[in-house]
Amino acid sequence: MTLYEFLISPFSDFAFMRRALAACIALSAGCAPIGVLLIMRRMSLMGDALSHAVLPGAAVGFIFGGFALPWLAGGGIAAGLLVALLAGLASRFTDLSEDANFAGFYLVALALGVLLVSQWGNSVDLIHLLFGSVLAVDDLSMLMVSGIASLTLLWLAFNYRGLVLECADPFYLQSCGKRGSRYHLGFVALTVLNLVAGFQAMGTLMAVGLMMLPAATSRLWAGTLPGMILAAWGCGLLSALSGLMLSYHLGLPSGPAIVLFAGLCYLLSLLFAPHGWHGRWRARRHRKN
Amino acid sequence: MQRDYDEQNRKAKHHFRTRPIGVFRMIQLSNLTVCYQQRPAIHHISGRFERGSHTAIVGPNGAGKSTLLKAIAGLLPATGKIVANEAIGYLPQLAEIDRHFPLTVAELALSGHWLRAGNAGQLDATASARALAALERMGLADFAARSVATLSGGQMQRVRFARLIVQDTPIMLLDEPFNSVDSRTAGILIEVLAEWHAAGKTLVTVVHDLGVARAHFPQALLLAREVVAWGPSDEALQADNLERAQKLIEHWHNEAEWCAVP
Repeated sequence: MTLYEFLISPFSDFAFMRRALAACIALSAGCAPIGVLLIMRRMSLMGDALSHAVLPGAAVGFIFGGFALPWLAGGGIAAGLLVALLAGLASRFTDLSEDANFAGFYLVALALGVLLVSQWGNSVDLIHLLFGSVLAVDDLSMLMVSGIASLTLLWLAFNYRGLVLECADPFYLQSCGKRGSRYHLGFVALTVLNLVAGFQAMGTLMAVGLMMLPAATSRLWAGTLPGMILAAWGCGLLSALSGLMLSYHLGLPSGPAIVLFAGLCYLLSLLFAPHGWHGRWRARRHRKN
Repeated sequence: MQRDYDEQNRKAKHHFRTRPIGVFRMIQLSNLTVCYQQRPAIHHISGRFERGSHTAIVGPNGAGKSTLLKAIAGLLPATGKIVANEAIGYLPQLAEIDRHFPLTVAELALSGHWLRAGNAGQLDATASARALAALERMGLADFAARSVATLSGGQMQRVRFARLIVQDTPIMLLDEPFNSVDSRTAGILIEVLAEWHAAGKTLVTVVHDLGVARAHFPQALLLAREVVAWGPSDEALQADNLERAQKLIEHWHNEAEWCAVP
């Protein structure tokens, strides 16, 4: 097998591979910065909670419309936003903290979703909802993924400073008379949107992988926020490309292949990146001043 | 230059409860109460900080000094009314900044322009020069490129004070600025406060040291969950007032009666 056959021909020969690659590139363009900000806000596990929260909405959409994207995506977005909103409200008006409320609501949502699918669908449908199929991405979902990625990047560009302040020093932002909730709510809504974007291609469970693994990897390579976002993009793109290739040549399911490759990047970075174990070991020397 | 900044501060979107309340008043408090779990941290506080006043807030531990500042800064839900005439700058007691966040010292100082620049406003050379000058004043010029994660608690406090200098708001609320800084820095802080006072800013500072309060602050507010005394500092901080404040704070009934006014 020549290098050309290995690297290029899967994409040049098959339209579905090109589509899958384009979808993954768009997906990681939006997901990577969201993941980085989730990590910086110490909300790494919230992506997970939200991705599970999306399930009952998608299930209801599925019951009404089958595997039609508008139904699945609409239901997913509605359910994700509802859980985020309820958890936010509950933490504001009770003594329970936000992460505990998220845990509570997402578990309820997940159980509800599994119940709905098992009652009105079958296990094949459930598998499809949970793991998606990146090789069956149609025009409509391409449009949705790229639309959500564009919206994410535009919103981040217009709210970057406020978002950083709200995250690093929320009391300062508040003492300037600006409520931080605008940034928080906008950010949570974007997180839900990006998870739903990943949903058709990667499934509800795998979508978080392309969000959090490149982000976690990027923290090990870069020391600034822009650097982290760039590194996360790089890692996301590399994982998408390599994962798709692995899945093509070895006949593996594409979603897990992509996430596993991102996971490999993460594990190697833990060992060898500048902020990883090896970097620490090298940095034991120190300057005189 | 100073006038330009005042003008920009005024044009910037103000504190959400800001409205004009006359020329001489700067902050007006009416029946202000803040409770934690039905226990008052401060209650029924009425009074005003005049334009250009320089007030020390003094009181025993648990008197509600920080709570009062936080309420004025809009960080706590409170009953009663607070009206501030102009934009507020606030220096919290502890560095509540997330140290794990990858920010440099210079970036943190630059964030003092937030009220004027917002998300889209340009941060030009003048803005950066101002931030650097403030850092230099606090003896942190060489630290500009360092990450905030590498600073000590006192250095962090100095960066925050530098940011307050950059903010340059007409009202300044400072919560124990002299704590956790070395004596040289404390001297610089007192200098800066005196300059601000001369420039006509309204200053409210929580102070623990009675000597400092008497020597450097013309007005004092003696607090013990309620106002014990409020006026010229040597009068407000007389021994009988201080003793009364101490007694009020030490007195605590588990089954105290409910306050008649909510």
